[in-house]
Amino acid sequence: MSVVSIRNLSKSFGGGRVTALQGINLEVERGEFVSLIGPSGCGKSTLLRIVGDIIEPTSGEVTVNGKTARRARLDRDYGIVFQSPVLYEWRTVAKNISLPLEMFGWDRGRRARRVEEMVRLVELETFEGHHPWQLSGGMQQRVSIARALSFEPALLLMDEPFGALDEMTRERLNLELLRIWAEIGSTILFVTHSISEAVFLSTRVVVLSARPGRIAGIVSVDLPQPRTAATREDPRFFELVTEVRERLHAAGADEVLEEAAFE
Amino acid sequence: MSAIAQPIPQGTIASRVGRRAQDWIPALAVFGLGIASWQWLIPDVFHVKRFLLPRFSAVMSTFWHQRGLLWSAGWFTFKEALAGFALGCAVALVVALVLSRWKRVGSAFMPYAIAANAIPIIAFAPITNAWFGLLSPWSKIVIAAVLCFFPVLVNALRGLTSVDPESIELMRSYAAPERTIYRRVRIPTSLPFVFTALKVASVLAMIGAVVGDYFGGSTRSLGVQVQSSVSLSQFETAWAAILVASILGIAFYSAVALAERLVLGWHPATGGASE
Repeated sequence: MSVVSIRNLSKSFGGGRVTALQGINLEVERGEFVSLIGPSGCGKSTLLRIVGDIIEPTSGEVTVNGKTARRARLDRDYGIVFQSPVLYEWRTVAKNISLPLEMFGWDRGRRARRVEEMVRLVELETFEGHHPWQLSGGMQQRVSIARALSFEPALLLMDEPFGALDEMTRERLNLELLRIWAEIGSTILFVTHSISEAVFLSTRVVVLSARPGRIAGIVSVDLPQPRTAATREDPRFFELVTEVRERLHAAGADEVLEEAAFE
Repeated sequence: MSAIAQPIPQGTIASRVGRRAQDWIPALAVFGLGIASWQWLIPDVFHVKRFLLPRFSAVMSTFWHQRGLLWSAGWFTFKEALAGFALGCAVALVVALVLSRWKRVGSAFMPYAIAANAIPIIAFAPITNAWFGLLSPWSKIVIAAVLCFFPVLVNALRGLTSVDPESIELMRSYAAPERTIYRRVRIPTSLPFVFTALKVASVLAMIGAVVGDYFGGSTRSLGVQVQSSVSLSQFETAWAAILVASILGIAFYSAVALAERLVLGWHPATGGASE
């Protein structure tokens, strides 16, 4: 059974004047790491929010774990990570991580144990008592990931989570995310505009065209697991990056190509 | 963004107190100069008359000898200010919650609230005396309350609605009802705004109560003390009463500022380090 199943999905804004997404069909299987890539404004973040039932589609159908997106949201079937960490300034790192657990009514002892596990998972052991403004951007994003994973959702939705970080931090967090993904075995739907990031992380890369966003192609990434820093130097890695770039080019996404030139 | 957390350099307590004292020396020098010119320069060199500004030592001596009367008058007016502050701020906070929750209502009322914020409310003081009775403390409480109301409303509303959209989306992903979003996100986000407004309101409440007294009030009130002393040419008493009003005003403001520090210990601007 697919974790995420999207059928004939379309989304328009402004009473149908702007079509953001058109005719999207996608199945994401359990344990997959699927990236959505496309030029800015292609609707990739919108698609992610529709899967999370934060935005409603104009037409078409989304199921998560075989349920409607609404039901899945109410059942807390997914965790979400945004481009900004969205931490609450008045809460410490530990308290930010335990926020969803408090809301879901976990008792204190169970919360404390889980926070400890999560802090260890994202390697922030000595920072539990710190407030977000005392952490670097990369550390804040790790807290955000820990919070999203704290209640063990079957699905993790990530909206350009490393987009605001510098290249070094981004590469380190890429490796860390893969380690976490392997460790907890969840399914990840990941939005990015970086071709190399998409190829490095994913089992499949879904290429979206410029507005209106359509699926312009899906590239299966057959790089061996687990991926390491050496993966980035694998000739196959470059072939796949080129393949994704060509698909983007064919889809009229020149903007991404310019960004890719700097990578 | 990339500032890694590091311990704030602390040193020994003695050296910190020493550094603190050095920081304070310029301010203390200005204070001393101010008092000295009040005492000697203004009356002896510029020959400013007693009815314009009595000597510092004369004001101090009156302040000491009439302390019973002055402080009881001060307390009387302070209670009016406090009641007005509590009433005005409480109503403003409730209205802000309602207006932020029901945006339609909010956008209908907001332009008027902002406009009313610019009205010199103090001009209404004689009217509230007519409404609630000259000698009733309620006429002063109401003017203080109305003075507090608008800045607190406008700031609280701004705080409650300045939550970033992703924070709300995160709450939505947890299937949080509106009430929880308020408790977990909107209200904590609004607190720095609210405390800024409360500090302003504490000053306004004191002004409202004293000025309310000027238009008639109980003889036990501070404003009436200032007025009657001036009309009896007891300028030292008037100045001593103003000093009492200032001390109470500063104490009130400081109490609100202290509450802010206690509540917003987490906030970087309040300088609250976690450990």
